[in-house]
Amino acid sequence: MKALLTSFVSGTVFALGLGISGMTRPIKVIGFLDFFGNWDPSLALVMIGAIVVYFVAYRCSRKMVSPVLAAEFPVPARSDLDLRLILGAAIFGAGWGLGGFCPGPAITALASGAAPVAVFVLAMAAGIYLHGRFAMIETFKSPSRGTILAPASDA
Amino acid sequence: MHDFTPVASLIGGILIGLSASAMLLLQGKIAGISGIFAGVLRPAMGDTLWKAAFLTGLFSGGLLLRTFLPGAFDFGVARPFGVFAMAGLLVGFGTRLGNGCTSGHGVCGVSRFSARSIVATATFIATGALTVFIINHVLGASL
Repeated sequence: MKALLTSFVSGTVFALGLGISGMTRPIKVIGFLDFFGNWDPSLALVMIGAIVVYFVAYRCSRKMVSPVLAAEFPVPARSDLDLRLILGAAIFGAGWGLGGFCPGPAITALASGAAPVAVFVLAMAAGIYLHGRFAMIETFKSPSRGTILAPASDA
Repeated sequence: MHDFTPVASLIGGILIGLSASAMLLLQGKIAGISGIFAGVLRPAMGDTLWKAAFLTGLFSGGLLLRTFLPGAFDFGVARPFGVFAMAGLLVGFGTRLGNGCTSGHGVCGVSRFSARSIVATATFIATGALTVFIINHVLGASL
């Protein structure tokens, strides 16, 4: 119950951070990505603020035996670079620049009731579903490691 | 430069960092939103409830913003529905293929100097910038 409450509160604080920083507005995201136009560096400051805080938290976590409410910290992830990672990030970036939304701000902005956000989130769910289908086909064709679309854990 | 909001953006960024830090230090979870969203769409035993609670929190935060800071939802740009649909499709597919988005790779991964996350973040900023360049400076923002 405590875990669910902290997840809920964390999600709420995350959304407030996105809203206050302007990241729920496509113009702020597109303005940051428009390096050759009227560049708006705001997004860089959002990243810096979040990264500095999380850097400290991550350092603290290395000194703790376990999280306060759970048994263990996430296992350090893989470190190899592969085509999947780069291709996936490239495709995500194209969509991000096209609509000015990434997943967090889109789910937060659903609450505004704006129809384009609902369209975006539904399409995002469809994209996740499509990836699942492709991953299944790829895994079937070549069950060994190194397939482009097979799912793997990260972060 | 226009519309630069350094103070609000820094404060918002710190709140995002605090939220992700609480998830890590209290629950040992990575606040990667694309993964959390996908996890709720394809539920796995025992690892779904916290994700649903987090997403409910995100949406509730959105409701608070709607009441107290409605300007947070001012798009500032116009795009046809089809463009938002295409954008969502690319974001959903791409974040699954690349295992993360702005939160998982951009904040949580970059903070611990993960090579994969740094490469992913540089890549999505580059293709995002390329896309915006094409729209704003080749097509003349006429979508």
